[in-house]
Amino acid sequence: MHEIDIPKVQETVYHKQLDNGLDVYLYPKQDMEKTFAIFSTNYGSIDQSFSPINQKEMVTVPDGIAHFLEHKMFEKEDGDVFQQFSERGASANAFTSFTETAYLFSSTTEIEANVETLLDFVQNPYFTEESVEKEKGIIEQEIRMYDDQPDWRLFFGTIGSMYRHHPVRIDIAGTVDSINDITADDLYTCYNTFYHPGNMQLVIAGQFDAQQMMHLVEENQSAKTFDHSPEINRDYGDEPIGVDQNEKTIKMPINTPKCMVGIKEKPDALEPDVLLENDLIRDLALDIYFSKSGLHYESLYQEGLIIDSLRLEYMLEKSFGFTAIGASTMEPEKFGERVKEMLHSIKTDQINQDAFERVKKKKYGELLREYNNLETVANNVIQYHQLGLDFRDVFPTLEQLTVDRFQEKIQSWIDDDQITVCSIVPEGE
Amino acid sequence: MNTLVDNQIDHQDYQLHMIPTTKFKTNTIALKFARPIERDTITSRALLPFVLQKGTKKFPSERELRLELDRLYGAKFSINGAKKGENHIITLTLDLPNEKFIDAENDLLKQGVQFLHEVVANPKLIDQAFDPDLVAKEKETLENKINSIVDEKMQYANMRLVDEMCQDESFGIRSHGYIDDLDSIDGTTLYDTYQDMIQHDRMDIYVVGDVEDEAVQQLFESEFQLERQNPVEIKEADQVEAGQMNTISEAQKLQQAKLHFGYRTQITYRDENYPALQVFNGIFGGFPHSKLFLNVREKHSLAYYAASRFESHKGLLFVFSGIAPEKYEEAKDIIMKQHESIQEGNISDDELEQTKKAIIHSLKETLDQSRGIIDWHYQQVVGGKQQTNQDVIDAIQEVTKDDVKKVANLVALDTIYLLTSEDGGAQDA
Repeated sequence: MHEIDIPKVQETVYHKQLDNGLDVYLYPKQDMEKTFAIFSTNYGSIDQSFSPINQKEMVTVPDGIAHFLEHKMFEKEDGDVFQQFSERGASANAFTSFTETAYLFSSTTEIEANVETLLDFVQNPYFTEESVEKEKGIIEQEIRMYDDQPDWRLFFGTIGSMYRHHPVRIDIAGTVDSINDITADDLYTCYNTFYHPGNMQLVIAGQFDAQQMMHLVEENQSAKTFDHSPEINRDYGDEPIGVDQNEKTIKMPINTPKCMVGIKEKPDALEPDVLLENDLIRDLALDIYFSKSGLHYESLYQEGLIIDSLRLEYMLEKSFGFTAIGASTMEPEKFGERVKEMLHSIKTDQINQDAFERVKKKKYGELLREYNNLETVANNVIQYHQLGLDFRDVFPTLEQLTVDRFQEKIQSWIDDDQITVCSIVPEGE
Repeated sequence: MNTLVDNQIDHQDYQLHMIPTTKFKTNTIALKFARPIERDTITSRALLPFVLQKGTKKFPSERELRLELDRLYGAKFSINGAKKGENHIITLTLDLPNEKFIDAENDLLKQGVQFLHEVVANPKLIDQAFDPDLVAKEKETLENKINSIVDEKMQYANMRLVDEMCQDESFGIRSHGYIDDLDSIDGTTLYDTYQDMIQHDRMDIYVVGDVEDEAVQQLFESEFQLERQNPVEIKEADQVEAGQMNTISEAQKLQQAKLHFGYRTQITYRDENYPALQVFNGIFGGFPHSKLFLNVREKHSLAYYAASRFESHKGLLFVFSGIAPEKYEEAKDIIMKQHESIQEGNISDDELEQTKKAIIHSLKETLDQSRGIIDWHYQQVVGGKQQTNQDVIDAIQEVTKDDVKKVANLVALDTIYLLTSEDGGAQDA
């Protein structure tokens, strides 16, 4: 077990990779009442085409299967795992993202027993045709709930407009039709391929002793046997560099239109050695220009093109990446045009040193704030790990970033071919 | 558990609450202005948070105000209005890094207090009134926001349920105001509302973080002066008996129907039955182990969510579910049966114990967040009852099955609200 000191926040995290390949991170934090644990696999909604463990040929599984599998992990032969956590006053949950499926609990008592339950239930799948059929009604309601939410539709509409083949374009939960095709066998195929300890991380943060906790995890893991895991072969399709569509309009029964402008990343911006720097540059650029202290935000507001605030998103992963600027607006078309113009103008804008230092200060404060929250720290550790990065690297990367470097990198980021505009408008317009 | 101490200073103009803790890397300051909610002034008070964020004497535009926050290492600042019981509360929250973690700074907290004072005491004015252009623009923002509530089905259904259920009560007043009132508001009338708030609202200040009480007290003495007189008292809500049960149904174009129930509990925060109400809610629908989740979702696959929540200061309890439109009768029957079952005393030892543990866990979890700490303490101000977190835990532990049964029989269904699809669920699944 080795110590990872984070002097900026005066905290220490411990790490060990176990013999079976599982990476364990422990963040003892005695001030907090609770302990938060998260057990995550580097397997998300985009991992639909892959070669299953011990097979050469590629298979493609139905849309929404990673999320479906997440739901079904909680059901066991002897009942529901939620129950075991509830009996100890813990609250358990799970989520599926584009690249990750994670199981988690928070607890203020019987932490060790809860950690054992977390490890054991995720490492012991139990799927039957009957239970798979039963889940379809619940997930269908989940999908229909999202379908009624304009913000959700706008976000996935924008991604779908940027990506032609990459499975990031598909809703994480799939569709009512696609989930109907899922079988228990499919779930086992995905589980056996992606839930190997070598593809997983465990992070525990909160009130416990690091030595004792590591011992407990090691004991638990050494009592189980796993096959040797080969590298997983994943296929995300042959994605063109530019966006699929420059414009897209979705009609929905709503009152207030919405619009989102998306900038698709070029693959070279996502290379491991530049990914973190580019991630920060996107973040700072949104801050400088589109946050409430940004010049462009002020213009959009003055021109009456936004209702209240902007929605700012950026996501850089190994196989895809994008930045998005969205808003509720009475004039979606005009909003889209103006934001596009503004993005282009960033390339020639000269930022002064003071302004740049100010947003760096702001970002530094935000990084400190992340340590207020055990969940945030744990999630960051996992995301950085899955990207092959050290979660502390964000501090030096931020410190070393200069205005010149920032402006140089902006040039290759913004390009007409990389920009899409997606609108949601009321039906009948 | 660690006991949090609320060190209160009874200042002539406000209550200063200092809650020291080492949990966080930031300090949080919240100012709360409270008064009984009134139909005549609510739209003005709903508009105030928008206008106050748009500029001050020293920082005359929203952008300049936000630039100052960037300089304070990305301090997070918000103003919002909310209804608690039959009171309207306007809260200003500022969260800024603790200078312990920033080498170059030693008076960030002071600058934060000065910033809050500037926003509260020196808004941007023209001839003793708010800037008419600004007010006009923010009226538009508020109008657009009110108009877009219908696009968020869950929020819309909540609002409509309370509209119908509490038509003749103060609690029925919408905290975001009414479009019809906007015409009569201008820079002068809004300034009157503002002055009334600053001078006469009950005012509480919370400071949570790793700071010295004395230093905080001195800071407010020297940096935070307001002209105040004869502050108003917080109102205790009127209790109304549930009469004939009412069913309201509305149709829109949507995929998932929202079925919401409104109950009257006659129990508020200060009531001796309050802990039993918390346990009742937990057994009924507060958690994933609750009767609603297990029966509506897990057993019958009718919904993705089915849960209950209670209002602490008015004495109401709500059930929320998202269902397929054609399953209305079935879902309604199952929800009502779960209530009846608790009324009959059908509560297992496991249910009782799990629920108590879950409530205690969620309280502890709340106290791991600075906003949670503030809300939890402020609840005691609004509820008119002071207690420590240990008192609350002890009271939960003492609740018996009979207490829960008794409360279940006090809880009476008042209104069922259904938001369903225009074709009444004829869609194919």
